[in-house]
Amino acid sequence: MSVHDDIDEGRRRFMMSGALVVSFSLFPGAKALAQEVIADEGAAVHIAKATETLAGSLKTNPYLDAWIKIDPAGKVTVYTGKVELGTGVRTALLQVAAEELDMAPSLITFLTADTGASPDEGLTAGSHTIADSGSALLNAAAQVRGLLVDAAAKHFGVSGSVLSAHNAVIKAPDGRSMTYGEAVGLVDLHRMATPVSPLKDPATFTVIGASLPRLDIPGKVTGGPSYVQDMSMPDMLHARVVLPPVYGAQLLRTNTPDILKMAGVINVVRNGSMLAVVAKGEWQAVQAQRALAAGSQWSAGHALPDPATVHRDLKQISTQHIEIANTHNAPGAPLKTLSATYTRRYMLHGSIGPSCSVAQFKDGHMTVWTHSQGVYPLRDALAEMLSLPKENVRCVHVEGSGCYGHNGADDVAAHAALVAREMAGRPVRVQWMREQEHKWDHYTPAMVTEVKASLDAGGGIVDWDYALWSSSHNERIVNAGRLIPAQMLEKPFVPAPSVPMVQPEGGGDRNAIPLYAFPNLHVMNNFSPTMPLHTSAMRSLGAHMNVFTIESFMDELSAAAGADPVVFRLKHLHDPRARDVIRVAAEKFGWPRAPRKANHGVGFAFGKYKNLMAYVAIAVEVSVVRETGQVILEHAEVAVDSGQIVNPDGIRNQIEGGVIQSASWTLYEELKFDTQRIRSFDWSSYPILRFSAVPRSLNVHLINRPGAPFLGAAEASMGPTAGALGNALFDATGKRLRDMPLGGDSLRRRIDA
Amino acid sequence: MITLTVNGVRHALDIDPSTPLLYALRNDLQLHGAKFGCGLGQCGACTVIVGGEAVFSCLVPVSSIGARAVRTVESLGTAEHPGPLQKSFIEHQAAQCGYCIAGMIMRAQALLDRNPHPTESELREHMEPNLCRCGTHMRILAAIREVAHLPAGNGASATTQQRAASNGGTQ
Repeated sequence: MSVHDDIDEGRRRFMMSGALVVSFSLFPGAKALAQEVIADEGAAVHIAKATETLAGSLKTNPYLDAWIKIDPAGKVTVYTGKVELGTGVRTALLQVAAEELDMAPSLITFLTADTGASPDEGLTAGSHTIADSGSALLNAAAQVRGLLVDAAAKHFGVSGSVLSAHNAVIKAPDGRSMTYGEAVGLVDLHRMATPVSPLKDPATFTVIGASLPRLDIPGKVTGGPSYVQDMSMPDMLHARVVLPPVYGAQLLRTNTPDILKMAGVINVVRNGSMLAVVAKGEWQAVQAQRALAAGSQWSAGHALPDPATVHRDLKQISTQHIEIANTHNAPGAPLKTLSATYTRRYMLHGSIGPSCSVAQFKDGHMTVWTHSQGVYPLRDALAEMLSLPKENVRCVHVEGSGCYGHNGADDVAAHAALVAREMAGRPVRVQWMREQEHKWDHYTPAMVTEVKASLDAGGGIVDWDYALWSSSHNERIVNAGRLIPAQMLEKPFVPAPSVPMVQPEGGGDRNAIPLYAFPNLHVMNNFSPTMPLHTSAMRSLGAHMNVFTIESFMDELSAAAGADPVVFRLKHLHDPRARDVIRVAAEKFGWPRAPRKANHGVGFAFGKYKNLMAYVAIAVEVSVVRETGQVILEHAEVAVDSGQIVNPDGIRNQIEGGVIQSASWTLYEELKFDTQRIRSFDWSSYPILRFSAVPRSLNVHLINRPGAPFLGAAEASMGPTAGALGNALFDATGKRLRDMPLGGDSLRRRIDA
Repeated sequence: MITLTVNGVRHALDIDPSTPLLYALRNDLQLHGAKFGCGLGQCGACTVIVGGEAVFSCLVPVSSIGARAVRTVESLGTAEHPGPLQKSFIEHQAAQCGYCIAGMIMRAQALLDRNPHPTESELREHMEPNLCRCGTHMRILAAIREVAHLPAGNGASATTQQRAASNGGTQ
């Protein structure tokens, strides 16, 4: 598949490969192009002075042979500390390494995160992988190729510039040649990367920029073991856990003797309120889990907040007030002032496959196979929980069902480790049940936003005052106490305190600072260090809500100014790449549209993810069934600029998926609970988008920026989609919808009112 | 003893008759294509074909299968020699995490076995029970359409016409 729109940047070249700094004759002074980011969620990343000029994750893992190993036989193994979460990024990272190693991807053995082998790149999250690991691999591979070619040149007694490398063979013009395996004997790859790399001219790329088919799909469509859920080991046992009915409930009594009499049951493991049953067969474990759950008694536990007042309460418990933007210029002449409040309810990740892990405790060593997003942070927390030295705990990533953020992956790994410790060397597979995945998720927080802005006589925005309220989007595993099972042990671990994430990436305040140019701007992040419900990271964090708010309000302002929404956005945007995606989306959609059918509406929105990742502009058409409030996203045209494109089809797949998932969140989803229980425990009590609501068409248009830094795209469409849907619903119904979910009963009531 | 005919092979299994088919396939026959998703018949990750019908294997006890033939995604082809639907899913790169995909393929296969030329609305209606959380629906539909010889659904106009035609057909 070819790239749709290849907008030429003009002359460009790599100046300093380390930071992938690119000089653009077209856009002087665009300093965002030099941005460098390192995984933002989880524990703070410390970068040594000596490595701060290196590219991406080379900052934290500077040794070349941590990334690329070549044995004397010529076998090339490339490592990433990131993991495949179902985005296809493993294939993209392989392409990056293959390009700069000048090798066919099929000749490379490519391995992902394993605390026993890979570099430590923290979490795979926040659309960071291609920026952090991709940049590291691009430069590490170029430097390794350069070292091998230099070694060969020295050996041949010629200049390196006359040598060529192809498929791991270095050739001289006189016909002499040397394999990478031979060359590696002449040079030590256990050396620090340097800030400058002998990178190829992007115009010569053949692997980067190609839609290399994903490596994992043939196995997945033919039933090959692809997931940790599919692991099967000799002597493996199956365990299921019993979780408390509510937060904070203590286990009082169990019917363990009855359970131990059940067919196939081998053990009931109890440690405080952590309860599990182990059986020979999986179905036996499931049956025993049901009987054990039915026969267990628990204390009352904690009451939950009243969902009716959750947004009001959020303002009370948000005790940390953080000013993240405050700029003042000439006040202009405000003529018209608008204000609005927006809300979003708790939502859940909704992995189709409940979380699963396999663990084995043998000779004092614990091995855990896990679909965690961060095998190193998990390893550290498990070591703390189990009182084992870190070197005795190994976490190996194996793919799981898509997680879209911090779901039960780490928690079930803790369960597996706790149970395996009691089972004398036998591997134990634990999978959560559906209701556990729903009820013990780390939900995405409910949020409130308020915005006030003024227009001058020329229809320009002269001031913008914005505030948001949210609890934590980042309860990632930074200590054992962040693991839910560790909180339930007889000697419970205490979770590390909730702290707000910082700008420029932000947490609840991700994308709270608009990219639009306003002369006066004030933005407050009001953070709640307490969580009425367990919350943590879900795809795009606060950006979904903040971009929804900003883009909805931009439409309200454009209507007040009597301007077309696209023209109004362009009027307030200086970033040329932002303007490009807006123009492409508008043009492909045919904006502004001719008059529409009854109960149909169109809407437009834009966002640059975190203000430093991919640019997305989207135009949508929706239909509304007035009698039911049912909303369907009928059609979308999306334009994306994610810098240098590695795998066009991979980006398309992520953007398409993001648009559909965001439509589901924005239109249909809310966690049901009351003061006693979480009431969303299955797909009927937490409905998500099904085939009947799938758009009839959804087209993604890519703008390639050869040589520019890689920008993460996987989360970039969540916010813009939400904004465009809200705006299209106003167009269809004349109602400004400011409370998500936008569709369903609440919309019907607004239409009926 | 429970006798099951799976992908053309008869198996005699000494298992609890209440065992849902899914567990017998995955753990006793080492067929990992069908997945546990909900255990409630709400998501379709476990979908296989029994006696020509797409069923939720997480719900059906092995004792109820009888002589009906069971087909799983493994029967359609291999990674080296994929069957037509599998090949189309690969060509359309119709997976993200892929956990739902074996179930999607088997539900689609059940439709095409019965009706090789469904309309767009018949296709969507048939696929309704299966959930995908990654949002790969556009590609899943495109992959099935290709095998069903339906017009490609990418351009807005093509699908509008198709939808109009299929609405006309079902009214």
